Amino acid sequence: MANVTLRNVRKTYTGGFEAIKGVNVDVADGQFCVLVGPSGCGKSTLLRMVAGLETVTGGEIDIGGRVVNQIEPADRDIAMVFQNYALYPHMSVYNNMAYGLRNRGMAEAEIKTRVAEAARVLELSAMLERKPRQLSGGQRQRVAMGRAIVRQPKVFLFDEPLSNLDAKLRIAMRVEIRKLQRRLNTTSIYVTHDQLEAMTLADVLVVMNGGQVEQVGNPLAIYEKPATTFVASFIGAPPMNLMSTRPDEIKSQLGGSATEADIVGIRPEDFVITDQAPAGGVALPLTVEAIERVGAETFVYGSREQEDQRVAATPGELPPGEIIVRIPGTDAPAIGQKIRVAAVRPKLHLFSADGRTRIEA
Amino acid sequence: MVEDEGIRRYVAHFILWIGIAIVAFPVYIAIIASTQDNALIANGQMSLLPGGHFFEVYYQTIFVGTSGSTREPVGNMMLNSLVMALAIAIGKIAISIISAYAIVYFRFPFRMSIFWIIFITLMLPVEVRIYPTYKIVADLHMLDSYAGLSLPLIASATATLLFRQFFMTVPDELLEASRIDGAGPLRFFWDTLLPLSRTNMAALFVILFILGWNQYLWPLLITTRDDMQTIQVGIRKMITTTDALTEWPIVMATAVLAMLPPVFVVVVMQKLFVRGLVETEK
Amino acid sequence: MQKQAIFQSKLLPYALVAPQLAIVLIFFYWPALQAVIQSFLLQDAFGLSTSFVWFENYIELFREPAYFEAVVRTFFFSFAIAISSLSFALLLAVMADKPLRGSMLYRTLLIWPYAVAPPVVGVLWIFMLHPSLGVISRYLRAAGVDWNPLLDGNQAAGLIILSAAWKQISYNFLFFLAGLQAIPKSVFEAAAIDGARPMRRFWTVTFPLLSPTIFFLLVINIVYAFFDTFGIIDTMTRGGPGTSTVTLVYKVYSDGLLGGNLGSSAAQSVVLMIMVIVLTGIQFRFVERKVTY
Repeated sequence: MANVTLRNVRKTYTGGFEAIKGVNVDVADGQFCVLVGPSGCGKSTLLRMVAGLETVTGGEIDIGGRVVNQIEPADRDIAMVFQNYALYPHMSVYNNMAYGLRNRGMAEAEIKTRVAEAARVLELSAMLERKPRQLSGGQRQRVAMGRAIVRQPKVFLFDEPLSNLDAKLRIAMRVEIRKLQRRLNTTSIYVTHDQLEAMTLADVLVVMNGGQVEQVGNPLAIYEKPATTFVASFIGAPPMNLMSTRPDEIKSQLGGSATEADIVGIRPEDFVITDQAPAGGVALPLTVEAIERVGAETFVYGSREQEDQRVAATPGELPPGEIIVRIPGTDAPAIGQKIRVAAVRPKLHLFSADGRTRIEA
Repeated sequence: MVEDEGIRRYVAHFILWIGIAIVAFPVYIAIIASTQDNALIANGQMSLLPGGHFFEVYYQTIFVGTSGSTREPVGNMMLNSLVMALAIAIGKIAISIISAYAIVYFRFPFRMSIFWIIFITLMLPVEVRIYPTYKIVADLHMLDSYAGLSLPLIASATATLLFRQFFMTVPDELLEASRIDGAGPLRFFWDTLLPLSRTNMAALFVILFILGWNQYLWPLLITTRDDMQTIQVGIRKMITTTDALTEWPIVMATAVLAMLPPVFVVVVMQKLFVRGLVETEK
Repeated sequence: MQKQAIFQSKLLPYALVAPQLAIVLIFFYWPALQAVIQSFLLQDAFGLSTSFVWFENYIELFREPAYFEAVVRTFFFSFAIAISSLSFALLLAVMADKPLRGSMLYRTLLIWPYAVAPPVVGVLWIFMLHPSLGVISRYLRAAGVDWNPLLDGNQAAGLIILSAAWKQISYNFLFFLAGLQAIPKSVFEAAAIDGARPMRRFWTVTFPLLSPTIFFLLVINIVYAFFDTFGIIDTMTRGGPGTSTVTLVYKVYSDGLLGGNLGSSAAQSVVLMIMVIVLTGIQFRFVERKVTY
């Protein structure tokens, strides 16, 4: 049982590249913490620093009240599940799980009990004698999990453990991992680039970008009040529509202190198609460009008159000026139709011009 | 594949059998000669069919040797060749795999210089340094010894390069998982890297065993005692005497015995052999 | 190319490279260095005094007609062996690449001579073509050929080329077969649809696509002929008759054996070393190109 605390943790490579620029995170005992961010944001590096696989060039990593900066991975009392599982190809499933225990000099009888218990939980009992190459992707993933849990470590570390599985299996395993973690009540840190995985798994969500923490908190709280435009567009799919407030069209609709805001964000699901302008809210005229019906809901892609007004928080998301509206059911306007969409005041997210500060009106 | 019409296929079979015949004929003659009477051969009247002296000739070859100047049983020569071939093959693999391990899995001062020092030995085959090497082996009192036979041939840039190449393809995560599982460098090498290198080691062993068994110039130089001769050196000494005295059935039996182990290895372990040959030439 | 995941240890890596480094330094670099030093020294007839003579040993060496002849002979042997062995092996490989019944058996029956040692090759061939008792010599004489490789230098050279090429067939065959199997079969099909007859297909499609393998094997075969023919020559002709089968390696060996001039022997070694370096250099440049091909 342990908490994990990162205090102003930094990583600078010898070439001068700053991978981690001072990170502070506190994961309480038994919590499930998810590090999420685009590729290259430093989330894997940070996890590997906690594991002891990367050196720490600044700050402190504290596991269970002990600073572990200089401690070997084997002595940190952690277990890790790798993206490619890193199973020992020449060892049987049993030996893959037993190896770490044997290296610690545990008695063979105790090893046997632990592996049997882990295998039972993970439904691997029938395959203990098989080699990894004789297993399916999902089974290999479970062996990697088993190798971690037999150790009964203080902390589990997961490095994108589900990204090599197909979509269906990924959802099933996601639920499994969460159930398992709840039952064992072991502090866990989990890295993923999949925001849906992050939202569903996390007790504490850490959104990272460019080697820095953008926001830490409860996933729903982050969804409801993203601190920066980066978080706003990264969490939630399809991403939040971010627009400049500068054209009078929007600014005049916002009153009072909200006029300080330069960027306004509205989630696709918060729009309604209506001709009425809600008081204090925002209404926009759109021309429907494309329709995507996915059954329970429909995405409407529309363009505004002022083509260049949309803010691109992450490059390559949507062409500027395009707005996504998400409506329930399958009833949708026709392509080419001119419509008006509106969002009420509580659903607006206001940001400063650089996107770094959230403005509460 | 473009199908060949019948006649072309027969031509292909025919050419291949001609090739096989050309390749096999000298060996066939050797086997035949090793079952015949020396007098008949010396007269130039050797038959092209097996003679009746098979057991007699092979018994004498293996356990007695020629009656001429070098009376050394070929069985003993084979033993020497076997020891030398195994020492070279195992020694090369052992020292190459650990040096490749150091070069790939550690950072240390002079790492690249050491790599180049090993690499450049590719350009210094024994033939270009015969006598100075001889002198060193003599100074170290290793003439007529198994150490003298094998040690100077044991360093191998090829094997080191091969293992280095292979280690680079082993996923980094295996090492990281081992570190988390509490395995240090030696344990990781022994428990994980070595088992993973098994096929490579086997393929390399097949090639190196053949190369070791077939060594000639070096053993010729440093063995003076008859009981330290390898079979390749021994066979040459058997035909040193004037033609009339050469005991051809025994020479041919020795040739057959000299071919047997490496040919056996090639035929039985063909897959490993082909793999080893292709990989060592990369 | 470097690994990202590594171990930290100060002494262990040195302990691991130590055995190979020791052997390489003692048995490779020290003798090679000795050879280079020796090649600049001249010893008097009694081995009592030694003097530094710059390049005199080399100049002597290149003035010696026998050495020049050995150089020419070595290159001639190398090319003759390489070309005869390569062409025969290519023919066999092209045949074995066809979808024939029993092609695995053919492969097995053609690759085993790789394992035959050079001195054994020498013994096998001299026995077949021995002037007085060889089984083939009989037919040659019956056909009116004055066959005696023990007296006729040209015949001896021919015999060595023949037997050395014979040994190399299996190696070349194996690599040609691998090269042929690496060519996508659809290329042949496309050529056939384009109306190329089998012979034309070979020269316009197979041969050009195989050229990297051919160049690679050419270099390997030349290196082989430089060094590995020693065993064949030593058991078959001992360099004779006269000096008609003395190659560079054989000359280093036999000059040294006679206890002759140490400086000259060392100079010969150094020249050989330079040749190996050039050949290895060509080989590596070539291998690099093969990778990008």
